Amino acid sequence: MASGAGEWSAEQIDDYETLISTTDVELLKRAWRNEKASPEILPFEEALVKRAKEQIQLMEETVDDFAESGHDPLIASLYQMDLDRAQFLLRSYLRVRLQKIEKFMFHIWKMDTYRNRLSIEEEKFTERCIRDIGKYLEETVLSKLPDNYQSVLKQSIISEEDDMVPEPQLDTFVVAKCERATRPLYLDGSRQSASFDSSRDDHFQMVPGDLCILRYRPFQEELMSGNISLV
Amino acid sequence: MAGQSDPHISLFSAEEVEFMAEDELIEIVPNMRMDPLNFICGDFGPFLPQIASQVPLWLAVALKKRGKCAIRPPQWMSVENLTRVLEGERESQGAFQVLPFHYVEISRLLFDHAREDIPDMYMVRSLIEDIRDVRIHKVETSLEKFSGTSAVKIPNLSAMEVNIIRPFVGRALQAFYKHDNPEKIPDVDRASSAQTRAANNEPRRQLRR
Repeated sequence: MASGAGEWSAEQIDDYETLISTTDVELLKRAWRNEKASPEILPFEEALVKRAKEQIQLMEETVDDFAESGHDPLIASLYQMDLDRAQFLLRSYLRVRLQKIEKFMFHIWKMDTYRNRLSIEEEKFTERCIRDIGKYLEETVLSKLPDNYQSVLKQSIISEEDDMVPEPQLDTFVVAKCERATRPLYLDGSRQSASFDSSRDDHFQMVPGDLCILRYRPFQEELMSGNISLV
Repeated sequence: MAGQSDPHISLFSAEEVEFMAEDELIEIVPNMRMDPLNFICGDFGPFLPQIASQVPLWLAVALKKRGKCAIRPPQWMSVENLTRVLEGERESQGAFQVLPFHYVEISRLLFDHAREDIPDMYMVRSLIEDIRDVRIHKVETSLEKFSGTSAVKIPNLSAMEVNIIRPFVGRALQAFYKHDNPEKIPDVDRASSAQTRAANNEPRRQLRR
């Protein structure tokens, strides 16, 4: 889009205004809530995590300075509290992701969509996890089973798919809050914006502030685009 | 894999819900002078005696604990407003009155840490308790009318109420969905009978741990 500033749509200005008025803590909190509530692993918020880390580090230095300079202990303790809250969010966010990886590691590893959602560190973690769990199961159980039943991924060699790999259940229900108006959506997952068929009564639309219980799968896209957030 | 997502991963604890509520802004009246605070979560202050200032609830409580400020209870926490809300809740069976998303947690924190700042504290507390009870009861009766669907709007429900009904409603709706669309849920466990699964909840998961 090479349009000048004068041609901004109302929506873009809206976006911009929420962007500058929203702190990284607020964004991190949203990312944390989404990650905690969604059944699958979401794209890693790389830029946000990097910024949060930098701010936390800066704040740690400030708090240390306060301690050394014998600053007002009240102010020092307040800054410490702010720091603790930001650290909690960041740690909890990263930890929830690790839990999901531990649970779905084989599935994440074989699906490119999921694998691309990991950070470099998380990718290393997944790889090591798979190696260690594979080795452990091999040594303790699988090597003692009959030949046909020794795969980590399959029940037996006649299984056509990897039927021993846990997958996230995308048809779970989540509670979501609408951030930006969504387009009408058919709940079977098909999205039709061009020829919207109002005779069908199974479409669903949300306006900002709406609170809903939703089946996760049809609303995946809305979550990724930030139109809804999970609570 | 069929079955529920792990509740330990997807549920918020009461403490976590409270943590989220502590970021809501509230008005305080400081009794001391303090420079602006440039926090990671935003800039607040400067603080001057007797000049009201907006701060997050956690900061308000921290200052209050040290006797550095008085907290101004939010408008919705007045006896008049709460009486009106309670009447509204009792009159309409279906709809919920408008209250802040975190009204339970905010009022709890204020009752615990700023009781002397709330006029008619006992009245306010019993009103909020009544409102909570009426609403929870309404949630429970409206759940009886739930049917299989993919999306339900739950206007004006609060964070704590959502958190209470989430495990049950989530599972119920999922069960409805599953029975309506047996072909859509790839159930690897279907071969093994429902009985085995009930007796030995998700047997394969156990092996993997």
